[in-house]
Formats: sequence, C-alpha cells, structure tokens
Amino acid sequence: MTPEILRPDYQVILQWIGPGASVLDLGCGDGELLELLVRKRGARAQGIEISEQAIFQCVAKGLSVFHEDIDHGLTGYGERSFDFVILNQSLQQVKQLDTVLQEALRVGRQVIVGFPNFAHLRARSQIFFLGKTPVTPALPYQWHDTPNLHFLSLVDFVSYCRARRISIDRTAWIGRTRRVILLPNLFAVTGLFLVSMPL
Amino acid sequence: MLTGKQKKSVGTVPTQFFHFAHPRQPFMLASGQKLGAVTVAYETYGTLDEDGSNAILVLHALTGDAHAAGYNEGNVQPGWWDAMIGPGKAFDSEKHFIVCSNVLGGCRGTTGPSSINPATGRRYDLDFPLISISDMVEVQRHLIDHLGIRRLRAVAGGSMGGMQGLEWLARYPDRLKSAIVIATAAKHSPQQIAFNEVGRQAIMFDPLWQEGRYDGKPPAKGLAVARMIGHITYMSEASMAEKFGRRIHDAGRRHKFSRGFEVEEYLHHKGSRFVERFDANSYLYITHAMDSYDLSRGKELHQVFAGLEAQMLLVGFRSDWLYPAAQMRELARACKRAGADATFCEIDSTYGHDAFLLEVDELSHLIRHFLQKVAREPYEMRSEAP
Repeated sequence: MTPEILRPDYQVILQWIGPGASVLDLGCGDGELLELLVRKRGARAQGIEISEQAIFQCVAKGLSVFHEDIDHGLTGYGERSFDFVILNQSLQQVKQLDTVLQEALRVGRQVIVGFPNFAHLRARSQIFFLGKTPVTPALPYQWHDTPNLHFLSLVDFVSYCRARRISIDRTAWIGRTRRVILLPNLFAVTGLFLVSMPL
Repeated sequence: MLTGKQKKSVGTVPTQFFHFAHPRQPFMLASGQKLGAVTVAYETYGTLDEDGSNAILVLHALTGDAHAAGYNEGNVQPGWWDAMIGPGKAFDSEKHFIVCSNVLGGCRGTTGPSSINPATGRRYDLDFPLISISDMVEVQRHLIDHLGIRRLRAVAGGSMGGMQGLEWLARYPDRLKSAIVIATAAKHSPQQIAFNEVGRQAIMFDPLWQEGRYDGKPPAKGLAVARMIGHITYMSEASMAEKFGRRIHDAGRRHKFSRGFEVEEYLHHKGSRFVERFDANSYLYITHAMDSYDLSRGKELHQVFAGLEAQMLLVGFRSDWLYPAAQMRELARACKRAGADATFCEIDSTYGHDAFLLEVDELSHLIRHFLQKVAREPYEMRSEAP
C-alpha cells in the first residue's frame, strides 16, 4: 500500500494532536481533517460548518457537525470543553476575529490557528513590483471577490498574541514545497500556531 | 445509492394491535389518572435481528398514524413516511426493524377519546383523561417491551414525533442508541399555542361538538377549519406562492365572498378529507398534550442532556415558521453545553414545516449515513491472541 500523502498543514496538526483527544474544528469544511483525526488519532471530533453541502459530506463521513457560522458557533460551549479547538484557514474569514479567538481559547485547552501569510515573498513582490493586491495560490482571490476579511502576516499574529498575553506553545512554517525554518515571515506560505491562554 | 426505480415499497402490511393494562392493573398516566385498558395500533417493517439490536421506533406527528409505510390491504394510500421507509430507503427495512404506533389519545386504532370506556360501555369522549407527550412515550415503551426490544437503535420523528423523540431521550436515555429529531421544539412558543387554540376553538364552536358528545354526528365544519389553519402553518409563503399563485380553481366559488382561488379550494379539500379520518376530540386532546409539553421540566435544557450517551441528529428547515429552525438551534446549543454527541443541520428548504415529509433526498442522505454510524459497533480494544 502506498503511504497516504497528506497536506503539509494536516501533517503538522496530526503531530500536535495526541491520541484520544477531543477536537472541535471551526469551519471544518467537508470534514477531511476531522476524519483524519478520528482515523489516525482516535479523536473525539466535532465540527462546525456553515455550508449545507459540506455538512452533508461530513455526515457521510460519519462526523458530528453543527450547521452554524464560526462567529456564533462557540457560544453555548462550557469552558475547556475540548482539548483542541482548530481554526485552520478560517480565522481570516471570521467577522469578529477577536471575540472568536477569545472564545476558542475559553472553550479549548489549546487552539490551533492556521492562516495564509500575507507577507510571503510572492505576495510582497506583487505589491511592490506590480502595485497590485496579491493573488497567490495561498491567497487565490481577487480583491473584489474574497471571503477573507483579515489580511495578516506571521509577525502580525505573533505581536497580536503578545499584546493579549496569549502563549504561543508551538509553531510550524510551511513553504511552497516544504517546511520553512529560515525567515518564515518571508518564505512561509502558511503559518500554524498552537496557542493557549495561561491560567 | 439506489435510484428511484430500485427503491421498493415494503408492500402490503397489516396494522397490528397490542393490548395491555386492566381495570385491576391500570395504566397510570403522568397526571395520576388511570386507564383500565389500552390498545396500541402498530405496524412493523423488516425483521428484528436475533439480538434485537436493529429496531427503530418511528414517531408520528399530530394527525399521523401507525401506517408509516407500504399499503394496508384494500387501501391505495401509502404510509405517511413511505418515501423514507422501505428497502433501500433512508430507514432501510432490509437493515432495520422499523416500528410505528399510533399515539395514545389518537383515533387510528390506539386508545383515545373515541374508544369505548370499559367502565361505561360508551365512548369516553370528554371522560377520557388529559394525556401528555410522556404518556404517549410510556405507551410506546410498553409496546417495545412487548416486542422484546431492549435497546432501540433509534427513535425518529418530526414535529410532534420529534417531541416524543426528545421525551424518549429524557425518559429512557439508556434504552436508545440515538434519536433523530426533526422540525420540533423543546416546548411550544406562544405562537404555536395560539394556532392550536384557534383550531380547538373552531371545533368547540361548532354546534355539533355538543361538549364532546357528538356520537355519529361529528363537528365536521369545526374540525375542517382547524385543519385548514393547520395547513396554512405547514406551508411557507414561498411554497404557497409557487403551488397556487393567485390562480382560480375550475370548481369556482364556494360562497359569495370567495374568488375561487386555488389556495381556498386546496384548504377546503384538505379540511373535508381530514374529517373523514380524524376525530375532533382527539384533535383537542393531542394539541393540548403538545402545548403542555416542556422537555426542560423547569430545569435548564442542557441539564436534560447531561451525561447522555445517545447520539442525536437534529434537523430544522429554514422556511419552517411553525417550528422555526431557531428552536432546533436551541436544542443544538443545549447539546453543546451538555457535551452530547450531536449533529445539527438546517436544510435550506422552501416547503415550510411540511419539509419534514417532502425534503426526501436531503433527509434521506442525513438519516442513512447517521444510522450507518449508529449501527456500527463501537470500536473495541482486543488483546492480541496468543
């Protein structure tokens, strides 16, 4: 059997989540990541997703999922209901980012945040040389037709966490083909952060 | 997935009857009142596994009955959820043993106000005690015991059927693996009570009602008006606009002030068909049970679901204004708070409350996959054989 080739961000998240953990995926889409976590980590998984078609796909995968938007999805959960709350490629699309992140840190012991790095070399050079809002594989939308509401860099998120006393427990930088070590804010296409709120 | 042609009907099915309770060993209602004899009309589809693990109890709404699928001998009318129950359908009768019974207080074979009171030899009429949703569930529990089912794979129902499903969760959480709860509420809102009260008043204002003692000459006009009101609330503005528009019906005007709109004719037709099969007093008793129902019983809703092992599938419909999706969302929120394993989907339907009977493809997809998950044996850790 050929080994399964996983998206690099999924590989990182699988590494970070231990066996049997409870996981809430905010904006879980068709449930690909959650299914992986159930299959490979025996996770107790719950998704929240706004698209009806995506809900149908999650249910077909045997996942439990709530049909709601992320901005309202966390209200109702008690404190530390989950070991992990995941906001992978969805943080930049929520309306009340501050509230959602605070809520995620309340509901989860740890929060995994993954987002496209707006300060990636390719985006920077499009702004600098073309004078245009960047359109890249990680940021594939035109300025007038994008679900993204927030445009942030890895450095932005680090200073955001510092200002709010959010502890950054682990990080992973993903480039176009492999993990990035040097100058992540320039070379990483995607940043992943494992964060928590110190008690 | 099977295509429409491959999906078969369960065929001809008999309605069966189960009797329990006795004047000396009466059935106790939640109110403390007693019934000296109870008959339950029910149907079953499929075969019960040897270990009794594949049973699903389907729960009907206000005016439904035990005839959920297939055909009764000499009757061309398929069961009320025939699109969902049968070989290859959402409730696959080749995999599950499906049971549906008429509710207590009904008039379709199960004991209700139109049944004969063994103490007097006459119809109960208003001597029938007031009943509740939990009494309905208690009667179903007797039936399930009688059928030798220890633990149900699922209970499933929409509207008042959903209320019974919720009551099963609250009352017998360890006797079910899952609950499929569609287009219902933990308790009626004032708006829902208001519509029911207008329906009841229509019946009680009919001079033929006679304080419920109308043996032989029922208050058909009043009951028909109650049904007409019901049908307005079951549809949505969009589904009415699409179905009728302002078209005029061939049958013409029924009275001076009618333009003979198709929507008027539809309501009259539904009303007059309804009185052929439904008892006016049953309508009063059952709507009273629905209005009185409160799953939370004075507690917070999430406390009812605390520690629940049963999995839940909650479905609401965007255009349902009788049981707005917000009421289903409230249930979903209580599940979150309680840490219960639940899925909630709000289907973007234009059918209004009727969607729980009409959105067959979407519901089938959700229910089929949900039941697959529930039926799967829990993963067991096994030590390696030596």
